[in-house]
Amino acid sequence: MALTEDEIFGKVQSALEDALGVDEDEVTKEATLVGDLGAESIDFLDIVFKLEKAFDIQIPREELSPEDILTNSQYVQDGVVTPEGLAELKKRMPWADLSDFEADPKVQNFGNLLTVGDLCRYVQDKVNG
Amino acid sequence: MRWFWIDRFTEFVSGSHARGIKNVCLDEEVVDEYCPGFPMLPPTLIIEGMAQLGGILVAEHFEFDKRVVLAKVGKATFHLPAVNGDQLIYDVRLDAVQPNGGTVVSTSHCGDRLQAEIDLMFAFLEPGQVPVDGPLFDPPDLRSMLQIMKFFSVAVDARGNRFPDYEKLH
Repeated sequence: MALTEDEIFGKVQSALEDALGVDEDEVTKEATLVGDLGAESIDFLDIVFKLEKAFDIQIPREELSPEDILTNSQYVQDGVVTPEGLAELKKRMPWADLSDFEADPKVQNFGNLLTVGDLCRYVQDKVNG
Repeated sequence: MRWFWIDRFTEFVSGSHARGIKNVCLDEEVVDEYCPGFPMLPPTLIIEGMAQLGGILVAEHFEFDKRVVLAKVGKATFHLPAVNGDQLIYDVRLDAVQPNGGTVVSTSHCGDRLQAEIDLMFAFLEPGQVPVDGPLFDPPDLRSMLQIMKFFSVAVDARGNRFPDYEKLH
């Protein structure tokens, strides 16, 4: 049975509270995982484990962390993602809102891109197809 | 300095679970000195013991081909202090694995009393990720440590073999 947006948000919220030690009211859909919730690189592995368990899904590493694109000289020049690279990111991560990143597509800005809402949309695509 | 925080494996089933014992002895400085007047095994070293059992459980799942490090303590609840004379029975269950990490859930019992519940996450170091290349342990040293801890006497590998042998430990 398909999960509602609220059900997905509730489970994502719970996974993030557990993985990041944050309070429920901090985990809003607009909150960024790194900047607002303080996620560090190792926390992403923890978040992946918790989401896989909560939703009974498989999360291949490259879907949430497109490092292969961000380290590929075909898509990055002088630390900036090229239009070709942006197109590749959008194809890989259709659930992520890349509009802010497009305005200043430096690779270093990518780390603080993902929001709780992005994560919910990603899970929703996986769970509900 | 020795950094062995379990005394012996008592059960090991590849991809499933590991059990081991830790005897709490007054002649260990850390037991005597951690809380003067109240000898006890520091809870952090119970976590370390679980991490040693769990780290081997995860590493063995990948035939010792991954550089496994403790990355996160998800939960650590202690119900009782572990005092001199206690024998702790650690039980670690493989919870989930990914190509870049694994999680375990574990308990410590003293007799039939639940002493601690600990969940751990391990990550695998990749080449170039940290300024250390090559294995974290010299393979013969790791093999020797596992022999001392009676791992090979109790282990059953993924194919159901007793007394397993691993290419990466040679």
